[in-house]
Amino acid sequence: MSIRIDRQRCVGCGKCAEICPGNLIIIDENKKAFIRDPRDCWGCAACVKECRFQAIKYFLGADIGGRRTIMYVKKENDLLYWFFEKPSGEKEVIIQNPNDNTTY
Amino acid sequence: MNFEVKMLKTDILIIGGGTAGCFAAITIAEKASNANVLIVEKANIKRSGCLAAGVNALNAYITEGETPETYLQYVKEDYENIVREDLVYTIALRLNEVTKKIEDMGLVILKDSNGKYLARGKRNIKINGENIKPILAKAVESKRNIKVLNHVNIIDYIVKDNKVIGTYGFSINSNVFYIITAKAVICATGGAAGLYRPNNPGFSRHKMWYPPFNVGSGYAMGIRAGCEMTSYEVRFIALRCKDTLAPTGTIAQEVGAEFVNSKGECYERKYGRPTTYNRVFSTIEEIKAGRGPCYLKTVGISKEDEQRLIKAYLHMAPSQTLKWIDSGKGPSVENVEIEGSEPYIVGGHSASGYWVDTKRQTTLKGLFAAGDVVGGCPHKYVTGCFAEAEIAANSALEYIKDKEFETLDISSIEQKLNEVQRFFNNTSPLYTTEELEEAMQKVMDVYAGGISTGYAYNLKGLQVAKERIEELLSLAQNLRAENTYQLMQIYELIDRLYVCKVLLHHLEARKETRWRAFQEFVDYPYKDDENFLKYVNSRFEDGKVKIIFRSLVKKDEVYEHKD
Ligand SMILES: Cc1cc2nc3c(=O)[nH]c(=O)nc-3n(C[C@H](O)[C@H](O)[C@H](O)COP(=O)(O)OP(=O)(O)OC[C@H]3O[C@@H](n4cnc5c(N)ncnc54)[C@H](O)[C@@H]3O)c2cc1C
Ligand code: SF4
Ligand code: SF4
Repeated sequence: MSIRIDRQRCVGCGKCAEICPGNLIIIDENKKAFIRDPRDCWGCAACVKECRFQAIKYFLGADIGGRRTIMYVKKENDLLYWFFEKPSGEKEVIIQNPNDNTTY
Repeated sequence: MNFEVKMLKTDILIIGGGTAGCFAAITIAEKASNANVLIVEKANIKRSGCLAAGVNALNAYITEGETPETYLQYVKEDYENIVREDLVYTIALRLNEVTKKIEDMGLVILKDSNGKYLARGKRNIKINGENIKPILAKAVESKRNIKVLNHVNIIDYIVKDNKVIGTYGFSINSNVFYIITAKAVICATGGAAGLYRPNNPGFSRHKMWYPPFNVGSGYAMGIRAGCEMTSYEVRFIALRCKDTLAPTGTIAQEVGAEFVNSKGECYERKYGRPTTYNRVFSTIEEIKAGRGPCYLKTVGISKEDEQRLIKAYLHMAPSQTLKWIDSGKGPSVENVEIEGSEPYIVGGHSASGYWVDTKRQTTLKGLFAAGDVVGGCPHKYVTGCFAEAEIAANSALEYIKDKEFETLDISSIEQKLNEVQRFFNNTSPLYTTEELEEAMQKVMDVYAGGISTGYAYNLKGLQVAKERIEELLSLAQNLRAENTYQLMQIYELIDRLYVCKVLLHHLEARKETRWRAFQEFVDYPYKDDENFLKYVNSRFEDGKVKIIFRSLVKKDEVYEHKD
């Protein structure tokens, strides 16, 4: 379980560094986000949701059964769009509405 | 590196801006607009601690047909009667009120067509809780008299004449050392993860159930300051989805999944009452007998149920959803493999933590505690933490009524600064913090009932572990930090070692086996009500852990510290 930061997409806004519950992310000398040690990631996805540029990709380590699918999140009008991209190119999206009190 | 020293003053200081910390601050701000509150948090209150990812249920609620009395009865039965009835009951009385309060703050609770909360089992209600922590943080922000200091790691209390009058801490992002004085302090730093070698020691070493960033600092500070602690021997081992360590309760309760072994046999009732600890114990026994892996039987659930589960986990443990999608096999086509986690010390689930009076004051005056850091009161969960935070906040407010700020003793401040500064000056140590942490986890795993021994331990092993933890504590004094983040890591290790030390003494003191797996003393394999229907407490005095046995406290007692 860990994250990978897409340095092309990252604008160095620092929001992920601000939010990580383990203080694991810093903004480096190139003004890009950098994770100190990916092994220390808890997998809470807080940084993934915070990044407005979808620069943080979330994946399962091979040691916990990962098969290279990545996940990232987009927040729009209070909705959460969870994107999944498989190595085959297949895509899936799950939409979550936190304000809907009839379904999860 | 040299520190810049900053002195701060506040009426009430809250250490840890998690579930309990935020709720305590809000309670104070609402009750007393003239009281200044400062929350100091090692990360950022918007997404820190247990609630960083979110939750999908409030696990403690009095549903229709249930009462605070039946809640207490359930907790007592689940924890073999060794609970602080006064603590559990005073929480149970407030559960529904605090639920209403968090709903008013903006948390969405699922409703049926009649507008009633949707229950999941007897004591849980379903929520859309992905954003529960930002909701709490927003409520904190809206109060004028609460200040928040994010990214500051607190390391010790300032104690004067047996009273806590403040704390020391340092910024994780800059070279600022904080000396904070307060009329009262509330500790809400959560439980301790990372003491034992985890299930996933490799690339995913921080993929645990409990937040790896809650290392038990609150416990360790209390231990060093001589606070009485309780029930560390009642460790908590979580039965979780394999690899992701995502909670299993969601599956078990949402679709009524049974626990089955590799032969498809349901084993949940084979080993006695299916209490929280017995579910872990029975799973381990099945695996030991060669009937593993064990599963939650989900094959055959409907596609709608599968979608519900996939969504439910996004609220709390998104890695489980990713796992289903990544493998291409959802729970309707493949049973969910389960495993026991490494042991944690967490008072919100089991019973380890500060020994408090009914008002949640610790044995040091002016120091209150709330949430996972408080012992004697299992099954607190989110709403229980809120309820306890409310009680601690009210008590702290009452306490500060006639109090003035105490003056600080300059020599002890200098001593503390030197102690911290030393880690920047230490030269070429032989070991790194990471290596000592791995050594600690290995010792605890092998000699103190970790995963590798099926959670069982014996006297000889405990003695080996005690000696080794002392050695590691002394080796840790030579560690070197290049920056404040590394300094935090050193303090995290030292705090974990203090928790281990106390834990080992507690494991040794309870000479029986009461909560299989959670507490499985091989030399004493049976429950011994005659000698051990009591709390095992301890206090750290002159460098030694002194064990104290205390009698059970009943529901209607108002317990006050006397000795
Ligand atoms: C993954 C997971 C899922 C859960 N799911 C549910 C659920 O669905 N329903 C439910 O009711 N309960 C659930 N629980 C339990 C519940 O979330 C916890 O019992 C509760 O949130 C604990 O609150 P707390 O305030 O004690 O700790 P936390 O909320 O963890 O707060 C502790 C805070 O202290 C800070 N801190 C720690 N050390 C220091 C220091 N030295 N200096 C400054 N700050 C510090 C931490 O960063 C953290 O913010 C879950 C727990 C976990 C871990
Ligand atoms: S939030 Fe996104 S864009 Fe901002 S620093 Fe982090 S990765 Fe870069
Ligand atoms: S997923 Fe969570 S723990 Fe991991 S880097 Fe992001 S915020 Fe930090």
